[in-house]
Amino acid sequence: MSVPALSINNLHKSFGPAHIIRGVTLDIEPGERHAIIGPNGAGKSTLFNLISGGYHPSSGSIKLRGEEIGGMKPFKINRKGLSRSFQVSNIFSNMTVRENVRCGVLYSMGYGYGFWRNVGNLHDVQRKTAEILESVDLLDKAQLPAALLPYADQRTLEIAITIAGGADVIMLDEPTAGMSHSETERAVALIKQATEGKTLLIVEHDMGVVFNMADRISVLVYGEIIATDKPMAIRGNEKVREAYLGDEADAIEGDAA
Amino acid sequence: METIVFSLLNGVIYGLLLFMLSSGLTLIFSMMGVLNFAHASFYMLGAYFAYTISEASSFWVALIFAPILVGLVGALVEKYGLRTVHVNGHVAELLFTFGLAYLIDEVVKIIWGRNAVDYKVPELLDFPLFELFGAQYPAYRIFTLFVALAMLAGLWFILNRTRAGLIIQAALSHPHMVGHLGHNVPRIFMTVFGVGCALAGLAGVIGGNYLVTDPAMGVQMGPIVFVVVVVGGLGSLMGAFLAAMILGLLQTFAVAIDARFADIFGWLGLDATSELGSITIASLAPMIPFLMLVLVLMIRPRGLLGDREL
Amino acid sequence: MSNIATDTMISLSPSGSQKFMQRTVPLIIFAVILAVIPVFGPSRTMYSLLNAMGVNIVFAMSYNMLLGRAGLLSFGHAVYFGLGGYAAVHAMGAIEAASYGDGGFWAGYPVFFLPFIGFAGGALAGAVIGWPSCRRAGTPFAMISLGVAELISAAGFMFGSIFGGEEGISGDRMNGPEMFGLSLGPINEVYWFIAFWTFIGVLGIYAFTRTPLGKMSEATRDNPERAEFVGYDPQKVRYLVFIFAGGFAGLAGGMSAVNYEIFTPEALSLAPSGMVLLMAYIGGIRYFAGPILGAILLTYMQSMMSDYSEAWLLYLGLLFIVIVMFAPGGLAGIFGGLFRGLRGDNPAASLRQWAVQITGIVLMMISLVTLIEMSVNWSNNYGEVFEPFGMHLPHDGVLTWAVIFIPFVAGVGILRKALKNKEGQA
Repeated sequence: MSVPALSINNLHKSFGPAHIIRGVTLDIEPGERHAIIGPNGAGKSTLFNLISGGYHPSSGSIKLRGEEIGGMKPFKINRKGLSRSFQVSNIFSNMTVRENVRCGVLYSMGYGYGFWRNVGNLHDVQRKTAEILESVDLLDKAQLPAALLPYADQRTLEIAITIAGGADVIMLDEPTAGMSHSETERAVALIKQATEGKTLLIVEHDMGVVFNMADRISVLVYGEIIATDKPMAIRGNEKVREAYLGDEADAIEGDAA
Repeated sequence: METIVFSLLNGVIYGLLLFMLSSGLTLIFSMMGVLNFAHASFYMLGAYFAYTISEASSFWVALIFAPILVGLVGALVEKYGLRTVHVNGHVAELLFTFGLAYLIDEVVKIIWGRNAVDYKVPELLDFPLFELFGAQYPAYRIFTLFVALAMLAGLWFILNRTRAGLIIQAALSHPHMVGHLGHNVPRIFMTVFGVGCALAGLAGVIGGNYLVTDPAMGVQMGPIVFVVVVVGGLGSLMGAFLAAMILGLLQTFAVAIDARFADIFGWLGLDATSELGSITIASLAPMIPFLMLVLVLMIRPRGLLGDREL
Repeated sequence: MSNIATDTMISLSPSGSQKFMQRTVPLIIFAVILAVIPVFGPSRTMYSLLNAMGVNIVFAMSYNMLLGRAGLLSFGHAVYFGLGGYAAVHAMGAIEAASYGDGGFWAGYPVFFLPFIGFAGGALAGAVIGWPSCRRAGTPFAMISLGVAELISAAGFMFGSIFGGEEGISGDRMNGPEMFGLSLGPINEVYWFIAFWTFIGVLGIYAFTRTPLGKMSEATRDNPERAEFVGYDPQKVRYLVFIFAGGFAGLAGGMSAVNYEIFTPEALSLAPSGMVLLMAYIGGIRYFAGPILGAILLTYMQSMMSDYSEAWLLYLGLLFIVIVMFAPGGLAGIFGGLFRGLRGDNPAASLRQWAVQITGIVLMMISLVTLIEMSVNWSNNYGEVFEPFGMHLPHDGVLTWAVIFIPFVAGVGILRKALKNKEGQA
């Protein structure tokens, strides 16, 4: 049996008296596209921050390809091949689009904290940057200041920076939040293509996106995973229906219909 | 014994003076996030205003009106200067007050001259209050003690017993919440800045004749005020009080100790004639606050009693 | 795909001629200016002013590696300037001792290359002090830099054998082997030394901005969180930048050591740290050349205006506050805006707007200068009176107050109107 790409075991996180993550256990296989859904306040963002190093776990373990990463600094986790995007665009807004992606590329290509090289002469970095920009269709906007990009393009740039380092576990936090219908479709196609062959962990509210993309879905409610299964099975799951009262339950059924 | 009692007394008074000076900055810093570089310049203004007013009328008039004047100057600075810079962030605000300190220092030099002015202790209090171990203790120092304690009591009363005080207390620990409560934030900021400056001004009125009133007094006190605020901790007046007392006592005792490094570390083979060995403890006194500042920021960035990191 | 990417790579990075125009040409112009200045036969005073400017240019540029490029506000940058300078002065002493004594390494070390020693000294100091200071940017960094500066400058007065007490430590630059035929005796030869190192300093700092570390320092300034999620430790980025900034400050210190042949503990204190902050900020921290402008202007003000008006620090403070409040881009930002306006669609209109604004500013300056100078003369009580252009302006003269009030009101009116017009257009 292969080692899971990401393996979370009995993970807990409390902030003072607030017990946000209450024993999450989850294995994600290499190459799997896994979505986490759940009502607001279920702890999805907290879980994301725990895995990517933003928070220290209170207890439990997080293993990346068998190696414990719980409580490591974000930059160490990133270097081990796990990269994440943010719910709100979190880009280097004083730089151009090209420079943004280049920042994502530099470390992974071994240039680290180098102070003896001219970035202008790093042809491998430039080639990689161009490839990434091409794969997310931002080539023609490469020279624009990132802050001037339209919202949807900023979200795309966010994804581009995330995949730029060549990590094989990619975590996307609501990548289509705030996008129009057509923008969402485009984003989904782009994510599928750009994360081809990689392990993908995604938090998303748009059920269309989730059921379209995910191989498996986990449902997080009040800090616990109440079900992990294939999309079809999740639709039929009684506990999930209970958790999703109202609109979102309709959304699930609607997609099922 | 003699040294200890006098140092204790002087240390407490110096500590209280430091607290008077820094309490305003703690208020300003905690609520507005502005580490006012010019805070000690307002302290200096307080001393100079008091000098001019007491020349014209009396010290007692100055005691009341000099802090009010300083507070007004502070409020104007906030309204016409700081507010403009606010949108550019805290670093811009810090830079603004840094320039302001330059400006106030220079204006003071032009108006009152470059040398110390003769700001005297009022005659009514210019007598030795009691004698200890054959040395006389000036009454004015004890008066300083009482003014500081009165201010402390007044501050405590306002913060804990009035509506405005409760709002300020809430704002100290949760500065972002004030706006949500439906208060006029710019006006609160202006008031807090003005009151903070007035407190520094009051410290100036008391400290100017206790110590000395010259154009360098702002520059000398400026960094020490920062130390008190940072060491005490963001949002904590109690912390500022504690830090001021510790600093006041430490510095006063260090000055009073008649010892060299060689006396203390002689067992390590340190020679009294060597450079390191001949350093006196007293000469280290001015370094103590900054040692505290650096250590606290490195080891405990939230300060002694602060509720959040800087 | 890689084919297309390789092709587009060329279009992505600036073309060779663009690079040449934007990067090489300004550096060549800078070098040419430095080289041509002696042709005009500057006076001794002019030379000493130019030399001071050279030192301050490198110092201010090194400061901007922190404030402008890495977003680190330091109140103690003179510590690294001073420690580098002291290292150079001591090395100068060693050269002197070695050349009259038994030789050895220092006997063969040219004074011309002392700025290397300064760089090493500054960088070493940065490496020792930097790590704990760089944990966080913003206010904590500013406060630690302040505390460290106070501690080091206090220590400077305490350890006489290293820092020479109040008198400082002096040296003699005319020992050891000569380089490029320069004895470094006469001041015009010192100019070549300063010009050389000013250029090296600026070139070095420019090259630094082009490295991966230089780029990531900007990224960390703008978004430390994101920098962490692309594999960089923000503290380490800041720390390394801090060491380099310390090194270049030390280089400037080494230049200063050779130029003045003396260093005193004053050089470590808060005053020069504040001055370099003013230079960089007034010049413009978001522009590479900004600190150069600031260093030139402030050095000029320091040496020329301090002779003319004792209130020059007041003028400096006013200038700084005006820049912080109304022109955060500094002088470079103002010139940049003017340049963009002239190249825009409507150069005439932008020129007119500029003329109006400058008129307003000049009017207000007339008023303020009169007020300040009149007050200075009055407060000095020597019976002197401010007499510009043959006018007699005592504190109790009607004309004086007219010269203060009328231009002030007119200036404020013009500026407010200009501001309204601007908003109307936008």
